[in-house]
Amino acid sequence: MTTLTAPSAGTPTRPQARRRRTALPVVLVAPAVLLLLLFTFAPAVYAFVLSLLKVHVSGGLLGTTTERVFAGAQNYTSTLADAEFWSSLGRMLIVAAIGVPSVLFLATLFALCLDADRARMTGFSRLAIFLPYAVPGVIASLLWGFLYLPATSPIGGDVVDYFGSTTIFFAVANVAAWGVIGFNMVVLYTALRSVPREVLEAAQIDGASELQVAVRIKLPMIAPALAMVALFSVIGALQLFNEPTTLKPLTNAISSTWVPLMRVYSDAFVNNDIYGGAASAFILLVMTVGATVAVRVVGNRLSRRSAR
Amino acid sequence: MSALADTLVRTGTAPTEPSTAPRRKVRLIPTLILLAGAVYCVVPVLWIVIASTKSNGELFSTPPLVPSFTGSFWDNMRGILSYDHGIWLRWAGNTVVYAVGGGVLSTIVAACAGYALGKYRFRGSTLVFRTILAAVLLPPVLLAVPQYLLLAPLGMTNTYWSVLLPQLANPFTIYLCKIYAEASVADELMEAARIDGASEWRIFHAIGLRLMLPALVTVFLIQFIGVWNNFLLPFVMLSDNRLYPLTLGMYGMIMPTGGQPNQFSLVIAGVFLSILPLAVLFLSLQRFWRIDLLSGGVKL
Repeated sequence: MTTLTAPSAGTPTRPQARRRRTALPVVLVAPAVLLLLLFTFAPAVYAFVLSLLKVHVSGGLLGTTTERVFAGAQNYTSTLADAEFWSSLGRMLIVAAIGVPSVLFLATLFALCLDADRARMTGFSRLAIFLPYAVPGVIASLLWGFLYLPATSPIGGDVVDYFGSTTIFFAVANVAAWGVIGFNMVVLYTALRSVPREVLEAAQIDGASELQVAVRIKLPMIAPALAMVALFSVIGALQLFNEPTTLKPLTNAISSTWVPLMRVYSDAFVNNDIYGGAASAFILLVMTVGATVAVRVVGNRLSRRSAR
Repeated sequence: MSALADTLVRTGTAPTEPSTAPRRKVRLIPTLILLAGAVYCVVPVLWIVIASTKSNGELFSTPPLVPSFTGSFWDNMRGILSYDHGIWLRWAGNTVVYAVGGGVLSTIVAACAGYALGKYRFRGSTLVFRTILAAVLLPPVLLAVPQYLLLAPLGMTNTYWSVLLPQLANPFTIYLCKIYAEASVADELMEAARIDGASEWRIFHAIGLRLMLPALVTVFLIQFIGVWNNFLLPFVMLSDNRLYPLTLGMYGMIMPTGGQPNQFSLVIAGVFLSILPLAVLFLSLQRFWRIDLLSGGVKL
């Protein structure tokens, strides 16, 4: 959050800017503010309100009537008491535990290789590794689904059961990782290019090997970029939905509540319980915000330590 | 293997012999690692290209990595393009509306807001900026179901707008535009234009927007990808399959068959046709990507 106060380019001319009264900035910022209020904050607030309600069915001589009544924390307690909610969270965490470190490791490895002296065909490799980023998650899942299916698999799907009770986690994590490694690699590579060359040359003159330079100098210097890639990956993992949903028709290993977001969907649309769905959506939202803040705090601390 | 060992040895000894000869030598290990990564990333796409040349029967009977030249490729393409009275093309058109149209509109929204926040101080500007930073924490995908719950009572679901509007204001791209406007639009330039009698609006579109252009290309691509990848929003909002984007339409094609192989060649042809234009677009726009903007913009 240091960026909030950091930019001071406008300071010297601010008296002049203040003197000019113009409505333009307000006009320019208005559409964004309006859209954010209507489609980001209002849904979040509305979901919270819905999550506190329930349908009360009262039967009588004149037929049954349904009305919305205040439910308090009831939707939350029933979601949090549901073992299936925790197992869906667990499955998501397993996929994240496989996917996030793999993405971080491979993206860093590829970025360091791109940055290494005298590596060849880097232009081709960079484009090739970036290519999956252009493939949307659903299409990528269909694609990998065919690669996993025993009947069509070119990668030994008839020998290895990619939809087994353990392998399914790797199968899903692999599809998700495949799509984002290239993007993260380019982010890290860009950060590596901005490491001052004199520092690297000085290390080489001191007798450091390429590997030592990479691990001891380059990695610490791109710590902020690494922290950002980690943050993106964690947020991405918490939103896991496209891949398991698209793979679901191909296998019985994925249930309709396999990850929390699938549960939100099936609560609201399959079971027609929008109040329960709103509660699970809100729980997930709070968890994501919490995780984001936690990763930021840890990342901040790490990059500050490495800056010392 | 000896070459590999040679490189390993050289890695250790290179600094002690700073002659120019070893400098020419290709470093094998990074090159090999990168090529392995390239294979991992390209082979699935390559497989789709190969599989799209096969009929349903050939898909299961011929070796997976050998293309077939029995003319099935054109049959598949005809098949997917005429599927359900040519609905695939309609899905493609809808995708252009959602991803390209939505991307352009969203870039305009972000450019305006970012410029205003980056170059002006006005009443409430700090509050607006803090609000936007807070909104970055709320991922759009998690909001899809709440957005549906909000729009459903208003009768706004199952329209183009129900997919377009919720994604127009992206707090992250607004933030990027603010950072970039601060860095690239010089105060002196704006002041000079003012002295020359230019209106604030003129300064914005003639100077500000022009200087922000490199960032705007990146913002457009980020938004384009975001819309493409947000599957849940159209999934919950749309019930009329003539409004579907490609991702939803293709998902629908595989859904009712439930793993029955009868439509596989059609789905594969559809996947092939969806990836091809995107890959071309991306690889050709690659040099306009300013990813350094991302790493510089989100300082932790």
